[in-house]
Amino acid sequence: MEILTIIILAVFVNNIVLAQFLGICPFIGVSKKIDTAIGMSGAVLFVMTLATIVTYIIRYYVLEPFGLEFLQTISFILVIAALVQMVEIILKKVSPTLFQALGIFLPLITTNCAVLGVAILTINGNYSLIGGVVYAIANAIGFGLALIIFAGIREHLDLMEVPKGMRGVPISFIVAGILALAFMGFAGIV
Amino acid sequence: MSMKETLTKGFFKENPVFILLLGLCPTLGVTTSAANGLGMGLATAFVLIMSNLVVSLIKSQIPDKVRIPAFIVIIASFVTIVDLVMNAYVPALHAQLGLFIPLIVVNCVVLGRAEAFASKNTVFSSMIDGLGMGLGFTFALTLLGAVREILGSSALFGFNIPIYPLDEGGSPITMIVFVLAPGAFIGLGYLISIMNKISKS
Repeated sequence: MEILTIIILAVFVNNIVLAQFLGICPFIGVSKKIDTAIGMSGAVLFVMTLATIVTYIIRYYVLEPFGLEFLQTISFILVIAALVQMVEIILKKVSPTLFQALGIFLPLITTNCAVLGVAILTINGNYSLIGGVVYAIANAIGFGLALIIFAGIREHLDLMEVPKGMRGVPISFIVAGILALAFMGFAGIV
Repeated sequence: MSMKETLTKGFFKENPVFILLLGLCPTLGVTTSAANGLGMGLATAFVLIMSNLVVSLIKSQIPDKVRIPAFIVIIASFVTIVDLVMNAYVPALHAQLGLFIPLIVVNCVVLGRAEAFASKNTVFSSMIDGLGMGLGFTFALTLLGAVREILGSSALFGFNIPIYPLDEGGSPITMIVFVLAPGAFIGLGYLISIMNKISKS
């Protein structure tokens, strides 16, 4: 039951993009086509889950016993950067097809603040390891959901008559605002 | 490029938020009021100036292949300093900004300036560049924060701005959506459109 609550809260109520404003850069940058949006969501799901597990272990089994909590930011970002590099190398060797699908998105993920954000939120939220993993997966699904819906809307937006000054990025933000307004409807269901 | 141009390009011509579309997460996340925007902007500006300074000082010592991780460690050190100092001296603001303080590390503006400017230029001009970009970022956040605070809570820096009619109880009927999540996206959308117009003319 508790796990279901974590999932619904993270995917719908506190959607990572539309309510918590993490991962806005890929949300605006790679949402022009549904295909690329799906690829990006897959890569984020993969890295976010792995990163949360690794940073959880670092925080509770390395930093805390030695009283080094103030090094959290530095160690987390280094671990995430190294992890992304490692995933890239391993995927290339083990599964070339998966690498083809996710490859170009992986370098972009190091600077995706959603990954570091979820790692820190897991620590701040005092989750257990299982709870933290579920939280990370749910957030990645929430990210994918928002990204894919937004990409679908943007594909249609290209065919619309938009006032000249609002074309491109400004109208995308207005649409994202209306999407966020729709997601506010989920508030209070848990 | 002259010093004056290095300093002022961050405001309109190369504004990191409105023109380059960098650092959008804190821009949207913390600007529920002008004061929050100003605080976040200044924290980022400090990190930007100091990381530009250090990167340009040791640029010849860093091997080319590991320069990005090296830059990230330098930036993360200054972010940790800002985090601890703000927690000690302005705890209320620190609590408001919350998660977005450690996330300055992944703010593309900071890493972008280290890579594009500080790793190729002298110490002094790198600091001026950091100052200009930092102030441009602060300007953008404060502007968006001010717009959202005026429209959403009928105030500016906490002072009352009576632009709305009052209800029977005497409190203003505001467009509350502007301090909530959707207002951030909508407000920024209109500001980008206006800034595009200004910077082109």
